[in-house]
Amino acid sequence: MPSLIAKSPLDGKSLTMGGVTLAEAVPGPITSVAPFAGREAELSQALRSLGLSFPAPNTFNESSGDLIVWTGRDQAFLIGPLLEGLPAATTDQSDGWAALSVSGPDAAAALMRLIPLDLRVAAFPPGRAARAPLNHMAAVIWRDGEGFTLLVFRSMAQTAWHEIETAMKALAARAAVGA
Amino acid sequence: MRLNCPLCGPRDRREFYYYGSEDYLNRPAEGAAPQAWDDYLHLRDNPAGVTKDLWYHELGCASWLRVTRNTLTHEILATELVADLKREATA
Amino acid sequence: MRIAGKGLIDRGTPVRFRFDGVDYSGFKGDTVASALLANGVRLMGRSFKYHRPRGVLTAGSEEPSALLEVIEDRQQTPNVRATVQEIFEGLEVKSQNRWPSLRHDLLSVNDLAAPFLSAGFYYKTFMWPRAFWEKLYEPVIRRAAGLGSLSGRHDEAAYEKAFAFCDLLVIGAGPTGLMAALTAARAGADVILADEDARMGGALLSDSGMIGGIAAPDWAAQVLAELATLPNVRLMPRTTVTGAYDNGTYGALERVGLHLPSTGDLPRECFWRIVAGRAVLATGALERPIAFENNDRPGVMLASAIRTYLNRYGVVPGKRITIFANNDHARQTARDLMAAGVKVAVIIDSRPDAALVEDCPVYAGAVVTGTRGRMALTGITVSHKGGNLHIDTDCLGLSGGWNPTLHLTCHMNGRPVWDATLAAFLPAPGAVPGLIPAGAASGVFSTQACLASGAEAAQAALQAMGHATADAALPQAEDAPYAIQPLWAVPGKGRAWLDYANDVTVKDVKLAAQENFASVEHMKRYTTQGMAPDQGKNSNVAALAVLADATGRGIPETGTTTFRPPFSPVSIAAMGAGGKAEGFAPQRFLTSHGASVERGAPMIEAGLWYRPSYFPRPGETTWRQACDREVAMVRGTVGVADVSTLGKIDIQGADAARFLDFVYTNTFSTLPVGRVRYGLMLREDGHVMDDGTTARLGENHFLMTTTTAAAGQVMRHLDFVQQAFCADWDLRTISVTENWAQFAVAGPKARALVNSVLDQPADFPFMACGAVSIHGTPARLFRISFSGEEGYEIAVPARYGEALFRDLLARAETMGGGAYGMEALNVLRIEKGFITHAEIHGRVTAFDIGLEKMISPKKDCIGKAAATRPGMLGPDRQQLVGLKAVGDAALTAGAHLFTPGAAVNRANSQGYVTSVGWSPTLGASLGLAFLQNGRARRGEMVRLVDHLRKIDLLCEVADPVFHDKEGAKLRA
Repeated sequence: MPSLIAKSPLDGKSLTMGGVTLAEAVPGPITSVAPFAGREAELSQALRSLGLSFPAPNTFNESSGDLIVWTGRDQAFLIGPLLEGLPAATTDQSDGWAALSVSGPDAAAALMRLIPLDLRVAAFPPGRAARAPLNHMAAVIWRDGEGFTLLVFRSMAQTAWHEIETAMKALAARAAVGA
Repeated sequence: MRLNCPLCGPRDRREFYYYGSEDYLNRPAEGAAPQAWDDYLHLRDNPAGVTKDLWYHELGCASWLRVTRNTLTHEILATELVADLKREATA
Repeated sequence: MRIAGKGLIDRGTPVRFRFDGVDYSGFKGDTVASALLANGVRLMGRSFKYHRPRGVLTAGSEEPSALLEVIEDRQQTPNVRATVQEIFEGLEVKSQNRWPSLRHDLLSVNDLAAPFLSAGFYYKTFMWPRAFWEKLYEPVIRRAAGLGSLSGRHDEAAYEKAFAFCDLLVIGAGPTGLMAALTAARAGADVILADEDARMGGALLSDSGMIGGIAAPDWAAQVLAELATLPNVRLMPRTTVTGAYDNGTYGALERVGLHLPSTGDLPRECFWRIVAGRAVLATGALERPIAFENNDRPGVMLASAIRTYLNRYGVVPGKRITIFANNDHARQTARDLMAAGVKVAVIIDSRPDAALVEDCPVYAGAVVTGTRGRMALTGITVSHKGGNLHIDTDCLGLSGGWNPTLHLTCHMNGRPVWDATLAAFLPAPGAVPGLIPAGAASGVFSTQACLASGAEAAQAALQAMGHATADAALPQAEDAPYAIQPLWAVPGKGRAWLDYANDVTVKDVKLAAQENFASVEHMKRYTTQGMAPDQGKNSNVAALAVLADATGRGIPETGTTTFRPPFSPVSIAAMGAGGKAEGFAPQRFLTSHGASVERGAPMIEAGLWYRPSYFPRPGETTWRQACDREVAMVRGTVGVADVSTLGKIDIQGADAARFLDFVYTNTFSTLPVGRVRYGLMLREDGHVMDDGTTARLGENHFLMTTTTAAAGQVMRHLDFVQQAFCADWDLRTISVTENWAQFAVAGPKARALVNSVLDQPADFPFMACGAVSIHGTPARLFRISFSGEEGYEIAVPARYGEALFRDLLARAETMGGGAYGMEALNVLRIEKGFITHAEIHGRVTAFDIGLEKMISPKKDCIGKAAATRPGMLGPDRQQLVGLKAVGDAALTAGAHLFTPGAAVNRANSQGYVTSVGWSPTLGASLGLAFLQNGRARRGEMVRLVDHLRKIDLLCEVADPVFHDKEGAKLRA
């Protein structure tokens, strides 16, 4: 029997301009994890088997390719294999988001055209994460080794791409005239 | 204007949705007199000075906040999680 | 005329530009104003009201007179200040507010008519006849008024918006700002130094003095070079901080590409929103003119402007210069001119005790009483102890003292405080929390004092933030006294200008007082003083001093008008950067988007979503043909539609069922696992918020569906109810809307189509749900219907959405079915009497839509108490009904309903139509409407009137459910 063909939101696009590289990222399965009332400790215990802990607000942690990022009140996204039977409400979010990687020396400058947060490394070092708007869109953002990973709603992937690309164009044009 | 979200930290006003007075937290019990419901739904003070109202961190962590602020000076005096307030009240 | 060897311009780089069609040459570093003056051009514009010839008054962004249009290929930017616009190769500018030319301006006749054009003449003159206003007065005034014009074409250029953060924002890079930035930067603070000028240094660039033993501009360059090497400092030249807002937020406008030939991606401007821990206001001070008869001729300018043109640009604006001042400060202009070999004819000093020792004649206790020269200044009349005297001069420098540039301190309602010694307003302490005024902006005028004030302000800011401080060594600089004796206006009969930009004279202000517009705010609006592009920067204090005098009050009692953001003009394009066209709002695309577009489906916007309107087939020429076919297809065989836009909220926890019972009017705790129930949600005020189906996926696991329109609102509402009223319940909610692509399959052959894609055939009863798989992919199946036919919705992870949609369509087409769009979906649901937000628009109750029985009497729920208030139910309410037109007539949404025979007026309206569509099933136009006591009026004829579309017809009131009233098809 033929299987359904899977399509990513942005067909694996990437673009480098000036000091910024924008690319669709493929982060792997995403599961929302929200501990049931009073079972936070139990959840952290369960996550320890992956080398992870339930993240404090505005942080993420990772271990051998698995990552867990805080995404809001009593909620985190586990990116990697799903553990069965967690003492938490879990939902599959793998297909709900487009993941974008924004890297390069001007990555923070490009994103700070759209996100009202101080994303410079001193204020937003590796290990930091945030829920924040990307212009009008809800987003999850964290800083990893190379730059930033962003999650935006899958349906808005084109808009997010367009807006980051516009910011990159402006930065590249500024660099060309030293402005 | 910036609000200090207890979870996310100081954030720009554009991330928040404004609802109204904290009076919305004091929902009358089932069967309360019509006057209690009228007060709850419709009657509000309009203070020149310190006021407490409800904001939703819609483009952030999805927390409802009670913000204490001064309408004359625009000073933000406190931001608290609504869920914590209610938990404390019932504890 | 250029003076050899003087100035900071780049003499190695000549630049050609064009003004009013004539080519001129300047140097890199020139503004249009300095380059024109260097070319001997003194006439640069015409005044607003009287079309008086005008030159340049200032050398800064406060310029009221020399306003130009910048001409580009596709663009024309009016009201550009010649003193701000940098020249670049190929720049084209032209003067404005004149016709046919700057020298011969026909509307200069207004100047002769001046006696009739006094303050308030608009209000007095154009009162009657009333009919003339729109046809004659307004068009004529509009043509005559205004400053400059636009191209009339869309602005296609790039603009930018950005955010920035810092510990300390230093506003202004003169001596104060440089010292503040240096002090904070050396202490390791994160500093932004913003200055409106292209070149940082502020007043130091015009200063002939020494700082720490080196020339002032060199000292500035040295400090800037150090700052540029520090990673914790950002220098933002060409950036005007335009507004101070709450909690340390500042708005700033950067001129990114306005000094360069336009190129594609380079933004013209960038609007910055800067969040600063603290800020130092180091904006300096603005020199003010003195009012006397005909003080507006080209060649009359501020003494400080002359000094700037001389020292910074190497330009002298005249051959025989005179100075008229009321303070010591202006003397330095005369000394600099003489040192450069320029003739200073005389200094007229209004102070009786003024020092007389200069290298030129000085008249103490004297005033200028008039000027000569039509297109440019040729001479002045001076009144002094010995009588009147005519002096030939082609350039007169004025100094009426200095006003601290304190505008930003007023942006949060701060009122400046009058200082009689300085004869100036000073910033009120603490006017903007976290903003520390320093240097000339705080009334400290010597360079030495400014340096000290800047350092002190930075230290105070760092201490307030708990940041480490470092000692800053202050260099030695000029520390001369200011010694002002106020002089606002020289008494006289003629017109003496206060507000050059709006042509407001001393007489106008006195007239306002005389006509009892005595409050400063009334005077402003009556005379328009302070309402031009310079927002009164050159005239406010003098105007209110004249008003104070005319009303017999003191200046402090008279007060000032309010300075509001922006400090200087900000283009709307910069504020709206990124918001043009598709940037206005996010576009949300379905996974089926490409497949629908391939089939020729036009897209309509539903909220942010793009949804297919209909799927045209060969031979169909109108949307109605496609829509009718699609409706018939669903009723006859099978149709497929993408319904992924519906909100989907996953709800889990031991208290999930209890929570649903509280937010829905009906009961969900009794719903068996594997079943779906329709739910009605109210606002707390008793009106309907939303409706939709909720499936029970497990004992403690529900999936709620919301309407597309209310998805965000419902999520917010659930979060509120949960956090405000159920904080200790075991409950977790999250949106899963985006994770699933969901397709409705409806029609008599729906089951066959669904089973053809499922790995195991499903035999679901109506309102059942469960997990299924499609080609090995886990999916969810719901037997629900929004069409009235047997219907299913299949959900797969979004990555498979496009593939499943294409597969379903291909299979449907072999069965005689196909895709249907929003138009058909709408007709299908109207035929079935299903509501959308066209009906539940925020003012209807459960009773109104006939669902009051869904409010369970056994439990409390949000909105229950309010839903039973008097007036929320009963025959006086307008209730949901169906409408059926007679024959081929078409009903229209928005039309109002009347009892036949009743007068058609607002009071007699019995209701209104919310949704309409042509039903191919019934062969009639159908509608849903709200009609007073409607449920009791079925079978009655009502009159439908639509004034907008000129429709007036009779139609029949019916049950809203036209199709399959018993629901046999749904349950088949």
